[in-house]
Amino acid sequence: MTLPIIEPRQTDFTQPPAINPALTAQWLEAFLKDELVGGRGIPRAVVGLSGGVDSAVTAYLCARALGPKNVFGIRMPYKHSSPSSLTDAHLVTEAIGINECTIEITAAADGYLQLERDADARRRGNVLARVRMLVLFDQSAKLNALPVGTGNKTERLLGYFTWHADDSPPVNPIGDLYKSQVWKLAEYLGVPKPLVKKAPSADLEADQTDEGDLGITYAKADAVLTRILEGYTNDQLVARGFDRGEVEIVRKRLDGTHWKRHLPTTAMLSNTAINEFYLRPVDF
Amino acid sequence: MNVAIVQTKPRKGKYRENLHDLREVFAQVGSEPVDLIVLPEAALTGYFLEGAVYELAMDAPAFADDIAAAWLEANPKKDVDIVCGFYENSDGTYYNSAMYLQISNREAHIKHVHRKMFLPTYGVFDEERFLSRGRHLKTFDTRFGRMAMLICEDSWHAIMPTIAAVKGARILVIPSAAPGRGIEGGDELTSIVRWRAILESIAAEHGVFLLYAGLAGFEGGKGMTGSSRIVDPRGRTIVEAPPLGAHIIRATLDLHEIDLARATLPLLGDLNAVLPDLLLDEELPLPPMLRQPRDES
Repeated sequence: MTLPIIEPRQTDFTQPPAINPALTAQWLEAFLKDELVGGRGIPRAVVGLSGGVDSAVTAYLCARALGPKNVFGIRMPYKHSSPSSLTDAHLVTEAIGINECTIEITAAADGYLQLERDADARRRGNVLARVRMLVLFDQSAKLNALPVGTGNKTERLLGYFTWHADDSPPVNPIGDLYKSQVWKLAEYLGVPKPLVKKAPSADLEADQTDEGDLGITYAKADAVLTRILEGYTNDQLVARGFDRGEVEIVRKRLDGTHWKRHLPTTAMLSNTAINEFYLRPVDF
Repeated sequence: MNVAIVQTKPRKGKYRENLHDLREVFAQVGSEPVDLIVLPEAALTGYFLEGAVYELAMDAPAFADDIAAAWLEANPKKDVDIVCGFYENSDGTYYNSAMYLQISNREAHIKHVHRKMFLPTYGVFDEERFLSRGRHLKTFDTRFGRMAMLICEDSWHAIMPTIAAVKGARILVIPSAAPGRGIEGGDELTSIVRWRAILESIAAEHGVFLLYAGLAGFEGGKGMTGSSRIVDPRGRTIVEAPPLGAHIIRATLDLHEIDLARATLPLLGDLNAVLPDLLLDEELPLPPMLRQPRDES
């Protein structure tokens, strides 16, 4: 006699994380309402629109949560920025009817960079990011609005951002979403296709792409990160089908950037040290 | 028995303001017949307080006075029982507690205070850093029969509702504050799906009514999943609130359903018979002084 054998359905361990975009959009909309309107009493948001998918998704979520009239999309081009970044950002404001404002940062950035003419690309990129942060916070004061962050979980985990710049807005709806999930959420929300399809880029140099900088695709990085955060070792990941070189790229970036995900290290001298002994929640 | 569950969405740390809001809710609830009102864990302060818990914790009698005053201001002539979660200061020892308050003839009586026994201290949770854990799971008699209270993670340990049911509880009241997570599945957060499965399983296994009050609202990015529900003794959710926002759910319970469910599925009776053998198991990590020599004859 031969009996039928039933085994678990095989799942691909190396796939990036899944997402239910409708559920996620609903949850994040409620998050933004509670955190901005309820918690902080500020019903208006400022979003820096880069022309990329992360800021587009953030703007769409803000428009759903607060109404388009209460959302301000700020475009902040530098003299070397790709013209398509401006036009792609405009596609967002046009599609959802939020307020649009363009503030050229060349004069502000070059006011400093002309004193540091030998600054390399990394330093120049950080300066631009920090000037944009300055603009966002000042615009938020002018408009009585709150800056809303656009950093995704992948770039946060890989440390692929400028500290105290991209990560500085006090509220961020997409910071626990991997890039692959952001793309799926963007499709669900109806973000214009050119923004969803184009290669992500910090737009600091011609032909620069995130995946080129990182040495790994977002889909692979997201899959590796998901499993590392679940507790798997490099050897276990390789045994389950991942490429060792890609696992090591991700692990190195993750382990080398824990400091970027924290506030500044402060010397503790008392038993009332802030955030060590004196502990109060952000919304208290 | 008429039950109302008030799913609160408190302003963080604003106890007095939230208490004021509760008076209006009590007026609304009291406009219809109601015997028992259940509110969530940390219903009037919010859940994630960190060190501020020491500023907001109250002794049980003072909290009872506030709740009773809120009810009587809204409903001066009506009796009611109320369960509400709060942070308790008991002579400088702090607990995550739930109070069962009986208000009759304008007098408030604390029938029982349950102190949360399982304090989640992992991942996003940090309760045992700030609080002490309760040491007893007691059942107590009310005018609607014997009940027990469990708080949030208490109910995730199958032994807790099991012991409550064995000790005679016919209604389990569960104030809770459950931060949601898990977006990869179906149309609900996976944590909500898990909660529903656990609660319906408890009610069906022991033939109890289960009254679950979930806190709502976002606290520093962590969204509480509400989803307050009433589960009947056959394990069926008969009414359920959505995850987001403040709501009231209400139902009229026929307590005879408990007997009918237990007759159909007498798992609790079976457990009563077998439990002594299970507890005398020498492989269980029980203190030696609690063991009686086993009669192997």
